Amino acid sequence: MKESINITIIDREDVPHEIEVPLGIDLNLMEVGKGSELPIEGTCGGMALCASCHCYVQSEHDIFDRSDDEEDMLDQAFFVEDNSRLACQVKMTEAVDGLVVKLAEVGD
Amino acid sequence: MIETDIAIVGAGPVGLFTVFEAGLLKLRCHLIDALPIPGGQCAEIYPKKPIYDIPGYPTILAGELVDNLMAQIEPFKPTFTLGERVEGLEKQEDGSFILTTSDGTKIKAPVIAIAAGLGCFEPRKPPLENLAQFEKKGVDYIIKDPEKFRDKKVVIAGGGDSALDWSIFLADVSSEVTLVHRRSSFRGALDSVEKVMDLAKAGKINLVTEAEVTALSGNGKLNAVEITHKKEGKKKTVEVDNFIPLFGLSPKLGPIAEWGLNITKNAIEVDTLDYSTNVEGIYAIGDINTYEGKLKLILCGFHEGTLMVQSAFKRIYPDKKLSFKYTTVNGVQGFE
Repeated sequence: MKESINITIIDREDVPHEIEVPLGIDLNLMEVGKGSELPIEGTCGGMALCASCHCYVQSEHDIFDRSDDEEDMLDQAFFVEDNSRLACQVKMTEAVDGLVVKLAEVGD
Repeated sequence: MIETDIAIVGAGPVGLFTVFEAGLLKLRCHLIDALPIPGGQCAEIYPKKPIYDIPGYPTILAGELVDNLMAQIEPFKPTFTLGERVEGLEKQEDGSFILTTSDGTKIKAPVIAIAAGLGCFEPRKPPLENLAQFEKKGVDYIIKDPEKFRDKKVVIAGGGDSALDWSIFLADVSSEVTLVHRRSSFRGALDSVEKVMDLAKAGKINLVTEAEVTALSGNGKLNAVEITHKKEGKKKTVEVDNFIPLFGLSPKLGPIAEWGLNITKNAIEVDTLDYSTNVEGIYAIGDINTYEGKLKLILCGFHEGTLMVQSAFKRIYPDKKLSFKYTTVNGVQGFE
């Protein structure tokens, strides 16, 4: 069992940020990004209710099993693509080691 | 003009509970909220979600918490201005303030408590280049009077309950209703979804799925929208009188940012002694404030509001002595 994984978050200026994420403390991707001072608002606190942590999965990880709540919220977001996810709904586990995501534009 | 002791900006749980603590000190409150109902995020975003960290409630739905707070503050007869956004703040010579709302309502009070959470809720606007140009000239984000759309050609965008419900409603009012949604399925209330499907089959709603509105055009007034099919990239232009994007609401700090308060990362800096801001007489409580160790929890907001009203009392009645009394000893002496 690994103690940490590495992920990459690409910001809106296309700058990649490699982040080592400890496992076992139940983090989600939104919290990781915020913790690294990246421009993710996470307004609703992680309830899939605001879309301010909208991002695109750019690595090959097949993590598109979205909950109804997340789909609902994506219906209200903009710039949504097939590889869109709400970062707050992406759990940090060994399965997402090497994950690369890009932050989506935020609408007005 | 409405006059009160504490004008509370924001009628979320923290603003509501502050009415109770103020009432115990015989201070009256008036609440102002941009939403048409009290409860803030609890009412607008997650009324059906359980909250587990309200002391004494192993679990309570956010909507129930709001109902309970409304019952709890009822003895103190709070007054409300709802559906209006606070815009202006003017300091008076006597040290009091006058708030002005988007509809021109004026509220005068010696103390302002900003309990605005994440800011005021405003419609999410789709990222279309010339959207602003057509606002009120064919583009509406909120439907106040459906009669406005009688016999008009209307395009609605969105996939949630409000997009479905208004499509159904306007199918009988407007001459033509087109509903544009980014996916092929809808997740709104099941009977609304069925109804939209039935109306689409009957030709009363043009249902365009897996598509989005990508451009607006018109000369001074909207007269057409471009709809792009996402998979095929096929574009078509639809003549319209009105475009109604319904993508829910998102909070914005808004005019509060212009009040000369010290703001860090969209939050108002306060002194944890009494949650006062850098402007005397203005306090900030709940999610809108920030200080070292801040946690955005409803329960912390309750605490902040409670301490804040003690300081507000001293500002309003500098010569009166305040004696602290337990409700268990004294009961709740409501206002007439």
